[in-house]
Amino acid sequence: MRDRQASQGARRAREFEAFVAGAAGRLLHAATLLTAEPPTDNPRARRLLTLALAHTYASWDRLRGEDPYDRTRQQLAVRFARGAWHQYGRFRPAPASVLAGLSPQERLIVVLRLYEGVAEEQTAALLGLPVERVRTICARAMATLLHPPRRPASAALEAEVAPS
Amino acid sequence: MSRHEREAAVRRMLERTPPPVPPELYGDALRRGGRMLRRRTAARRLMWLVLLAAVVAFLVWASMTRPWVEPPSDTTPPVSGW
Repeated sequence: MRDRQASQGARRAREFEAFVAGAAGRLLHAATLLTAEPPTDNPRARRLLTLALAHTYASWDRLRGEDPYDRTRQQLAVRFARGAWHQYGRFRPAPASVLAGLSPQERLIVVLRLYEGVAEEQTAALLGLPVERVRTICARAMATLLHPPRRPASAALEAEVAPS
Repeated sequence: MSRHEREAAVRRMLERTPPPVPPELYGDALRRGGRMLRRRTAARRLMWLVLLAAVVAFLVWASMTRPWVEPPSDTTPPVSGW
């Protein structure tokens, strides 16, 4: 009994190590895009990914053919969404990041839809939003990314209001 | 620009500058995951233990009080002789 458990543990650790070696780079990039941190200094992204990977490791024996990458990405997205809700306004996105101009929800949808290539329906189901809403947010975020506003939004608003 | 071109442009923006993977990531995840797994195993064992204790307690109580046996009547005296 104990032998079997030990060999199962060793096998799990081996498989998990191979999985992390293959997937960590891409997942860490996705996490860093989510948290909008600069690529070389990303403590929040690392923490997020470590927790998501730990969860995948803990449920490794119960995956039953499910893709561990999918599972980890799902964990990452859900944890980020939950964390963004609790930590609203506590973190300023670093200007060095590509997605610094977007809100956390926009970043989440852009990363899932465009970087990870998750289908609209699956993204909507994962985040508990209607599909149309996901499409709208994604389009708006893409417009912001491709045609970045020259000034911060608040300054532009003031400039518009002031002359009248 | 068509929608596909715009999506491709955004994808290219996102693919730039991948962060370096820290070497301690695997170890940390393994440690935390192992702890999670041990906690889950312990919780499952505790649950089974509590369930077993509850079943044993119920059986002991049932065998002592025998709730299925009709209690002897102590208000009506036994009717006899008519």
